This record gives sequence, structure tokens and C-alpha cells, in this order.
Amino acid sequence: MSSSYDSDTSGAGAAAGREVSGRLPWMLVLPAVAGLAFLVLPLAGLLVRAPWSTLLQRLAEPQMLEALRLSLLCATAATVVCVLLGVPLAWLLARVEFPGRRLARALVTVPLVLPPVVGGVALLLVLGRRGLAGQWLESAFGITLPFTTVGVVVAEAFVAMPFLVISVEGALRGADRRFEEAAATLGASRWTVFRRVTLPLVMPGVVAGAVLCWARALGEFGATITFAGNFPGTTRTMPLAVYLALETEPEAAVVLSLVLLTVSVVILAGLRDRWVNSP
Amino acid sequence: MFRLVFRRLSRWAVAAPVALVIAGLSGCGSAEPAASPASAAAGAKEVNVFAAASLTGTFTELGRTFEAAHPGTTVKFNFGSSATLAQQIVQGAPADVFAAASPATMKTVTDASLASGPATFVRNKLEIAVPKDNPAKVDELKDLTDPKVKVALCAEQVPCGAAAVKALEAAGLKVTPVTLEQDVKATLTKVELGEVDAALVYTTDVIAATGRVQGIDFPEADKAINDYPIATLSKAPAGDLAKQFVDLVLSPQGRDVLTKAGFQSP
Amino acid sequence: MSLDGLRSALVVHRPAFTLDITLDVAPGEVVALLGPNGAGKTTALRALAGLTPLSGGHITLDGRPLHTLAPERRPIGMVFQDYLLFPHLSALDNVAFGPRCQGVAKAEARRTAAALLERVGLADRAAAKPRELSGGQAQRVALARALAVRPRLMLLDEPLAALDAHTRLEIRSQLRRHLGDFDGATVLVTHDPLDAMVLADRLIVVEAGAVVQQGAPAEVARRPRTDYVARLVGLNLYRGLGDGARAKVGELLLHTAEQLDGPAFVAFSPTAVALYRTRPDGSPRNLWQAGIDGIERHGDNVRVHLDGPISAFADITPAALADLDLSPGERIWASVKATETHAYPA
Repeated sequence: MSSSYDSDTSGAGAAAGREVSGRLPWMLVLPAVAGLAFLVLPLAGLLVRAPWSTLLQRLAEPQMLEALRLSLLCATAATVVCVLLGVPLAWLLARVEFPGRRLARALVTVPLVLPPVVGGVALLLVLGRRGLAGQWLESAFGITLPFTTVGVVVAEAFVAMPFLVISVEGALRGADRRFEEAAATLGASRWTVFRRVTLPLVMPGVVAGAVLCWARALGEFGATITFAGNFPGTTRTMPLAVYLALETEPEAAVVLSLVLLTVSVVILAGLRDRWVNSP
Repeated sequence: MFRLVFRRLSRWAVAAPVALVIAGLSGCGSAEPAASPASAAAGAKEVNVFAAASLTGTFTELGRTFEAAHPGTTVKFNFGSSATLAQQIVQGAPADVFAAASPATMKTVTDASLASGPATFVRNKLEIAVPKDNPAKVDELKDLTDPKVKVALCAEQVPCGAAAVKALEAAGLKVTPVTLEQDVKATLTKVELGEVDAALVYTTDVIAATGRVQGIDFPEADKAINDYPIATLSKAPAGDLAKQFVDLVLSPQGRDVLTKAGFQSP
Repeated sequence: MSLDGLRSALVVHRPAFTLDITLDVAPGEVVALLGPNGAGKTTALRALAGLTPLSGGHITLDGRPLHTLAPERRPIGMVFQDYLLFPHLSALDNVAFGPRCQGVAKAEARRTAAALLERVGLADRAAAKPRELSGGQAQRVALARALAVRPRLMLLDEPLAALDAHTRLEIRSQLRRHLGDFDGATVLVTHDPLDAMVLADRLIVVEAGAVVQQGAPAEVARRPRTDYVARLVGLNLYRGLGDGARAKVGELLLHTAEQLDGPAFVAFSPTAVALYRTRPDGSPRNLWQAGIDGIERHGDNVRVHLDGPISAFADITPAALADLDLSPGERIWASVKATETHAYPA
């Protein structure tokens, strides 16, 4: 931040300019600080209420590690699914004119407005044992998704995919299409253009989308518990464990929440350094 | 909120996504208001009843009876998981009456000296619930041990799960469920949707879902009967009205409504 | 392969605009499309590349139809106005991009690219990313990238417009050399007459989507046929009616160097105009009384805007301006020698 102030001095009227830009507008700063407090205070609440004396002992419980491992595994798998399906979908929405494109774009955001529990029920109606596609999956391949770890990945991917698609589509729309034209004049097919020009250009958008997607998947609760059920080791992810712990042991729920929070913050901060700050 | 959504969704047959959304939203809306402090400030003309989700149907009916007998009075309900309700009360939610689905959850409140002398007003028994067409041909508790039969149970942390564990122990059976659901309504929904072949739920829930699931009695259920305690809270803002509501629940008239829904008298 | 270069008729309909030109370019020839902004030059170039679809017409290159092919299948190389070097690739990989797309192995494509960078004098910048290159370097990388696909048709869109004046001079002469070495057809779009004159063998002037004049640069410079071209090449231009060695331009009868009958263009240079405070004695044949509309610097000279029977520019030295003591609104006498007044058929 200080470096941007310094660069102001190169402008006209440098001396006066510095004083003006040095005073922060309280109309922005006050709501900004209030907003930060609003987001951070609940976190502080968790920290204050954490049962520090028994923390280590609770951390070592195998059920907790199991839930954490499952959460990280499923969120990562769901992110991979979202990237594999979501990036081409974003490309289609941003680059190809087809009838019903506006509708398709609106439908992509449905999982955002759908209460996740309802999303889970909708998934059951389609992919459940008696669901439209689920019936066929079971009779043809013997595959059932509910109550399996794959089911957790499906539920998380369903809820998280819009974050990726919206982020990548925005990046695609913001990217200068003339680079793609330049590639075409050099003999690149549309696939090559996508792979060697478009994708590298929108990579920051893909990474940002994947991070959002991963974070959303990690915190997913409603669709998961509804579609995949809740069984330790296979489908009980951290949020489900937290919710169940709230029934009987609020302190354990606080510990679980803190662990989930710490792990995700560490991972996201690590990714940020890797992707955003490196040139 | 979660189980209200399920209740609405139990008529799921060809539910369009839009209907699902509406059901979800209305579920959200109805979960909170009873806990709002504004209702406490309104004073003696309002009774706030925190009741276990399994009492939703019967207590709503009793509430209407109570309002008819006490003109000008409103009964507001907060239905939810007993454990959650107990937590809310301990955290200071303005409740007048607490009706829990287990003595353990009531104990959270009495231990905090917020209520005393709870009375058991009904008992609930477990049944095996199976989808209407009973695809796995379940007809006794032992069938649930078959690994090919998919079983849903409530998590042990909630009353119906604790009862299921007790019943299975009494029968000397070991069942490996595919899921341990958060509450009894969620468990039942898995049966209604045919995602599982069987589940252990309360008789009252099977009766509420008549036509969508089948109930099967089993003898070991008698070993795991769940007592429902009710108590007025010591700081009840509604005072006497709260006591009168509890009296209604315990009266022959109240008992009548409850047994019709499948509850047993204590 | 028949070496007959580019033959095309380009028709593109746009709302409120139609491009309709024919454009033929021989192999080895450089044709400049010259015209004001919005005339349709860039549209024509994009149509040749396949980036803008044709509404009508055709394009053939060396006897083969081009307009039926997708852009990536056309044997073209294009240099864009702001170069559009891929920001995530080094200069070398930018140049190697085309050969790679044509299926050349990576090592081979890089060798080709390195040779081309060497040719444009950038061998030492091969590893640089586009944002580390100066404007002139980026222009040369863009040229090398276009040449790397061994095109039969080279398209350049305002290739020098983004450069500062000094760099421009240097890059212009380099570009001229490279285009001279190129044996395919070249179409260059510019709004700068100097670029067009230096780089092109032939100029095609496009205004409002149509060709208004074409010919060798010297021919176009000497005999402009529209006000736009006249302004570009710095001549006073009028439409008139020829009658032997005279031509009637509005109210004025001008004696001309050429004999001509019928509709004619009459042109003379602003430097050929002489100004007098009082009516000159020698009575030159082309003499008229004019008002001074404005005075401005023009290079080392002073340009005087004249109105009167014809409006004209007169370029005089600052010394002459001081001697004459001119100011706007005054009335003076203007004359041009008949030998410097050129007439040609309209």
C-alpha cells in the first residue's frame, strides 16, 4: 500500500497530491472496519470458547482425524471434478453462441440459490437408488452413489461448481479475444487456441475459481448430509461431525470448527502466496 | 429448519425444483420466530413452547385448543431437535415450556436450574420403517443384519439413535447402517425415497408417514422405550399460562390427541 | 502452383456501413490500403484473414479459393496493430507458435524461430517475455511470428502506428527490407501516407468502404483524386472544367501546364502560391484576390489559409510572413504559375 502512495508523487502537483491521498476517507474506512469486525468476530468467539485445556486430547481422537482427512480428500476431488467439467462449461457459455445460452447461464447459478438440503434431495431424485439416472446406474453397473464417499464428492461438486464456472466465465469475458484471433491466423485450431492461448490467459481466473470452489466444498453440509448420508469414515466430513457434535458436546463442535478453519486458512494462504504473489 | 424441509418434502413424488425451493425457504422462515425476544416482551398473552420435532403435529393441534380456551392468547412453537432446543434454552432463549424427546436433553435444562420437576407425558416406541413395497422383504429386526439390506439409523447422539442402540443391544444384534442420520425425520425421508431398505424410527413417525412407508413392530422395541418429559421453565415469562398449557398436555384431552398420533401413555 | 497472388472481391455488410472493394496483389508486391479511420481498411484485412466473414465476393490466393477456409487453414501471416504477442510466452515461443501449430516438432520449430529472430536482429531477446520488450522489438517479434508460418499472403494492420517517431523511422526501413525479401503478396493497412509511400509498391485509397483511387505512390502523390488524398499528400485540389490550356474552377479561370478538355482535376502545391500585399505588376496569369482565414506553423514554414473564389493553402517562409505583415481577415493577392498548376482528367 505504501508503495502506491509513493508513486503518486510522480504526478503533477506532487507535494499537494501526497497530503490529499494520505488522508483516508472515513466514509469508506468506517464501514470497512465494521465489515471486517463482522466477519472476524464470530471467529474470535470460537477462539474464546475453545476448550484449550482438553484441546490436544480432542485433536488426537481418531474420529476427528478421520473426518478431517475425508473432508480434505472430498473437497479436493470435488474441485478436480469442477475444474474438469466447469472450465469447458465456462468456455461454452462465454465463447459459443447457441440457442438457450442465456437460460443455460441462469441455470448454472441454480445451485447457488438452492438451499443445499434441497440440492441434496434433488440429487437423490436423479442419482439416488430410485432416481432417474440412479436406477440405471445401479442396474447397468451396480453403482450406487448415496452413502458413499463418491456421493460426498458428487454433492460437493454440485454445490461448488457455480463458483468455478462464474469465475472462469468472467475471466474469459474479460480476456482479450484478439489474442485468440492472432493464434488462429498462426494456424491454431480452436482446441489449440484454447489450450495454448486462452487457458494460460485466464489461468488466474481458473485458480481463483478453484480456490473458491474448494473452500465451498470443504464447508459443504446440507447437500452432503442429504445425498450422501452421515457415516464415520465414508461420508461424515468435518461439517457433519460439527453438527452432530453440537447435539451433545458443543465444546467438541468448537474444536472441530477450529481445526477445519485452521487447516483451510493455512492451505488457502499457501495457495495465495503461490499463485497470486508470484509473477 | 432441516427437518421442516424434509417434512414438506415428504410429498416429494414429482416435486419440481421450484417447489423444492419454496419448501426450503418456508422451512427456513418458520424455524426461528418463537425464539425472538420480541415475543417475550409481549408478556402474558403469549406462550412460547419449545418442543421436540416429533411433537410438531400433536402440539400444533393442542396449541389451537389452548388458544380457543384462552381467548386472546397465542401459543408460539419452536420445534427442533431436543438437544438443540436445550442448548438454546441454556443460552437464554425466552421459552416458557420445554417438551423434550428424551430425559437426557431435559437434564441439560434442569442441570442449569432453569426448570424443575419434569413430568413424563408420553412415551414413544421404535418401529422398523420400510419403503411401501418393502423391496428387501424385511419383517423382523434380525433381517436388518443382512449386509445386503441397507439400513439407516439415527446418530447415537440424538434420542432415536440412542433408543436404536438400546433395542439392538437388547436383541443381541449387530447392524451396520449405511448412514447415521441427524434426526428421525431425515432417517424416515431416506426410507420414503427408497434410498435405504429399512430404518428404526418412532411409531409416531411411521403413523405420520402412513401411505408412504410401512411400519413393522418388533418385540425388542419394548426394551428401548423413550420417555418424553415436559416442564415449565422457572423463569417462564408467561408464568401461569405456561403451567396451564402443561396441564392441558397432561390432561385426558391432551393424552387423547397424543395417543391418536401413536404415542403411548406413560 | 500457379503464382498469381491474391485476387479478391470483398463485400462486408455492417449496420450503417458497407465495404465493397476488389483487391488484387501480385506475388512479391506490397499494396497499401490507405484511408481515414472508419473507411473499412481493417475490415478488409480481417476479411482476408477470415476473422470477419464475407457477406459476398470471393478470395483466391495462388489460384486456390481462400474464403471457404477457416482462419487457421489460410496460408497467411498477420501483424496486428498492437502486435498481440502472447504475454505468457517468450519471444522465441511466440515465433515458434505458428510452426508448432503446423505440426513441426518442438526443437525444429524453435530452431526456425531462433533463425527468424536473428534475421530481425533480436537473437539476444529470445528469452524475453513480451512485457519486457520495447515497442520496436515487439513489432519485430510480431513480424517474425507472422513470417514463421511461411505465409503466401502477409497482412499488416497499422504495423508502425504504435511506435514513437524515432523508433518508427528505424523500424520502417527495416520493415521495408523484410517485405522486400518476402516473395508472397503483402497487404498493408495504414492511415499514414509516409508509411504507405515508403513501404508499398501500390496504393489503394479506401474511403467509406469503396476504392476511390489507386496507383503507384508517386502517381497518387502527384495526382490526388479526393480531398482526403490531396490533404494527405499536401496539395490544393479542385474539380473544374478543362478548356485547352485553361481550366475553369468555380469563378476562376486557371491556366494549366497540361492541355485538357472536359471534366478535370486541378492541383497545385501550397509552396507554389505566392502572396502579395498589392496587385503585382508582372501580372502572372493565375491571379486572384483572397482573404486570410488563418495562419499556422507548418514544419519550418508558415501555412496561410486563404478563402475567396477558391479556398487554398499557401506555404510561405516566416521571413516572408514578417515582410508581408499578414493577419487574419485581411485581403491580399495570390498567384500560381501556370507551369505549377497541373490538370488531369477527372
